[in-house]
Amino acid sequence: MWVWIVCLLTAAPALAEPLCSKEVCDNYGYKVRISIKTALGDKAYEWNESEMFLFRATVAFAMRRYTSDETYNVSDIVVCNKTARVSFWFLVTSPANTAQLVPRGQVEAAVRLSRNRINSAFLLTDQTLQFVGILPTLAPPISYDTPPWLIVFGVVMGVVCAGIITLLLSTLLKRTRSKKNLLETEEEEDRRGSITANGRLCESLREKDPGRGHPDDVHLSKL
Amino acid sequence: MRLTLPNPGLEDRILSHAQLEKLELEEAGERPKWDNKAQYMLTCVGFCVGLGNVWRFPYLCQSHGGGAFMIPFLILLVLEGIPLLHLEFAIGQRLRKSSVGVWRTVSPYMVGVGIASMFVSLLVSLYYNTIIAWVMWYFFNSFQEPLPWSQCPLNENRTGLVSDCARSSPVDYFWYRKTLNVTPAIDETGGLQWWMVLCLIAAWGVLYVCCIRGIETTGKAVYVTSTLPYLVLTIFLIRGLTLKGSVDGIKFLFMPDLAELANPTTWLDAGAQVFYSFSLAFGGLISFSSYNSVHNNCEQDAVIISIINAFTSIFAATVIYTIIGFRATKRFDDCLGGNILTLLNTFDLPETNITVHNYDQVLRDLNATHPNIIQDLNLPTCNLNTFLSEGVEGTGLAFIVFTEAITKMPLSPLWAVLFFIMLFCLGLSSMFGNIEGVLVPLQDLGVFPKSWPKEAISGVTCLVCCCLGLIFVQGSGDYWLALFDSFAGSIPLLIVAFCEMVGVVYIYGVDRFNEDLVFMIGHKPNIFWQATWRVISPLVMLVIFLFYFVTTISKELFYIAWDPESEKFPTLEKKPYPSWIYVIIFILAGIPSLSVPGAAIFMAIRKWRDKHLDSSSPPKKKMSVN
Repeated sequence: MWVWIVCLLTAAPALAEPLCSKEVCDNYGYKVRISIKTALGDKAYEWNESEMFLFRATVAFAMRRYTSDETYNVSDIVVCNKTARVSFWFLVTSPANTAQLVPRGQVEAAVRLSRNRINSAFLLTDQTLQFVGILPTLAPPISYDTPPWLIVFGVVMGVVCAGIITLLLSTLLKRTRSKKNLLETEEEEDRRGSITANGRLCESLREKDPGRGHPDDVHLSKL
Repeated sequence: MRLTLPNPGLEDRILSHAQLEKLELEEAGERPKWDNKAQYMLTCVGFCVGLGNVWRFPYLCQSHGGGAFMIPFLILLVLEGIPLLHLEFAIGQRLRKSSVGVWRTVSPYMVGVGIASMFVSLLVSLYYNTIIAWVMWYFFNSFQEPLPWSQCPLNENRTGLVSDCARSSPVDYFWYRKTLNVTPAIDETGGLQWWMVLCLIAAWGVLYVCCIRGIETTGKAVYVTSTLPYLVLTIFLIRGLTLKGSVDGIKFLFMPDLAELANPTTWLDAGAQVFYSFSLAFGGLISFSSYNSVHNNCEQDAVIISIINAFTSIFAATVIYTIIGFRATKRFDDCLGGNILTLLNTFDLPETNITVHNYDQVLRDLNATHPNIIQDLNLPTCNLNTFLSEGVEGTGLAFIVFTEAITKMPLSPLWAVLFFIMLFCLGLSSMFGNIEGVLVPLQDLGVFPKSWPKEAISGVTCLVCCCLGLIFVQGSGDYWLALFDSFAGSIPLLIVAFCEMVGVVYIYGVDRFNEDLVFMIGHKPNIFWQATWRVISPLVMLVIFLFYFVTTISKELFYIAWDPESEKFPTLEKKPYPSWIYVIIFILAGIPSLSVPGAAIFMAIRKWRDKHLDSSSPPKKKMSVN
């Protein structure tokens, strides 16, 4: 049994190495780029092994959520080619068989489903926690029942129409009132027996300046 | 120069000073009056201060040597703007009629000048109110978060952004596609755009409410429309100065380049800007001052309004360039940030290695070690000055550059609402003057029956103009507007202004004019006014007119079109006008200009015919002259 354990221990690294080769990564893995300083500025945290552990745990969570298979574990997520940029490749192995790799399509679908959760775990966004090859999902456009501009337009037109109607009505009222006044004073003048031809002129002068009386009458009588 | 052309019958046509005095005391005239001096000043300031102060002057200032542009601008303001303004105020106040009435009184052969003013006011009103309709559309759309021009809409399958938008920018797309829905060429009309028709109706509706009873209603409206822009500009100045990069913008604007003063185009552009900015020769100013009391000090008014106009231009330019400086700095930072990210990603370097400060150094080092990779990356060069000189003018400034800057500011809908209210007020107060220059001459010419009330006349005029303005809300409307702007509102005005000065100084008689001013304001205008009215200003107008005429005739006419199919997209494409456009251009520029000599010839023929009829018919007892 000891021999088996020794063989397994020596074989494990040998098994792990081909996993991080270029062909395997291209076919089964995804590149991840993390830009913590761009996202958080002063509040940026240090990227260390614990953060890497959290990343592997969130991807395992994403796989669990997508496949509804609760056997995925942190050890099933393999990370390789880490750089100082903070970028690396990751692969997902099947929990049942560590030699079998989960196809790219499934990994992508799992990540897409839980993208929001993965982002929030690191306080990052789709652009700063970048899965190269997995496009960020576009937010659905906000749709309104009535476009807001029509509402504002309606309000403005309502005010304008109210203004036009008010002004036209006030002119109309002034006219009918002045016509009524004119008719009344004309009847009065008729009763008094003065010349109606001059009546209108007297009326308009009287409207303009009720104070003036005789001097203008004298002036007019010359005509 | 005591040259005065013979002008028989002038005394019979004008009111004498004694009659004017009596009119003033008895207040027996039918002419409307201003409620107070403030209304008159605000209306004139509103008419003069318009959209051009906000979107033409800053561009001219920046492109013609910054602070150095002030020198030709202020010199021509004093030599050209103020004398013409004083002349229009004085002649309107003295003869107390609209533009058609004034010129018909000065000489029946000069009625064409008034008619030309009326035509130009009409053509300008048509397209100016369309610009206000555009402003209203943007205003209506500012009441949402996020603003509709801040992001591209998704295409039908929701797989990506709309291709036109992705290739240009969200602001361009919103302006050219969602607002104008512009066609690729002026030949294609594209049909009426219903949302713009609604906005056009709203614009004419608001104008009708404010002009329904002439200056009685306009005078109340200007308390808001003339003062609100200054308030908003101040708010924007304070907000702008707190933004990053604003001071770069102001420095760029005012950095003097005295070499530009040697360029004649600078002086000509300054002269044209002064002239158009003062809204001279439209006839509106003559109308407005005819409602004044006879002894109003028009000399003081002219100087005050000129100073206010110049100050507003400079103030608005400062505000605009704080915001443009902010936008340019944002663009520069984004450009640099993008380049740094590309380098970090390509070479897998940690984030802190490349910052804004050592970018150039690092790029040089990397170029030395890996030149091929750097070349393949095609990094765009980021230059702040390039972004700053992307300054545009006209609708491009307001609806593309400024709206983009607003989306980058926090609380964008608030700033958008404030900005578009300001543009709306600026435009509306100028429209009051334009409409005045159309309505009152129409009444003086007797086009409408005398029994019609003022409300009906303004209603019919607004309705007709609204219907004619439907040209500008088609798909190709923007191209038509640019056409009208270049030809209807340029050359005819210069001709009218020149004729005005010649008319007052040489046909009305500068001696009589001086006496009138002594009567009205109490002292004879000093040597400055005499020199400018008689020689300097007409000369300046003539030079500007010749320059404009020669450049327009000699240059090849083209328009810039938004064509998603073109190779240079998103850059606008220069297209030549189709041949039938030349007929339209002739109608726009020719008919107002030709109505000046045309009316003179018509009156001469009529007089010759009347004389002929009088001499051929049997001699009858001469009645008193009409």
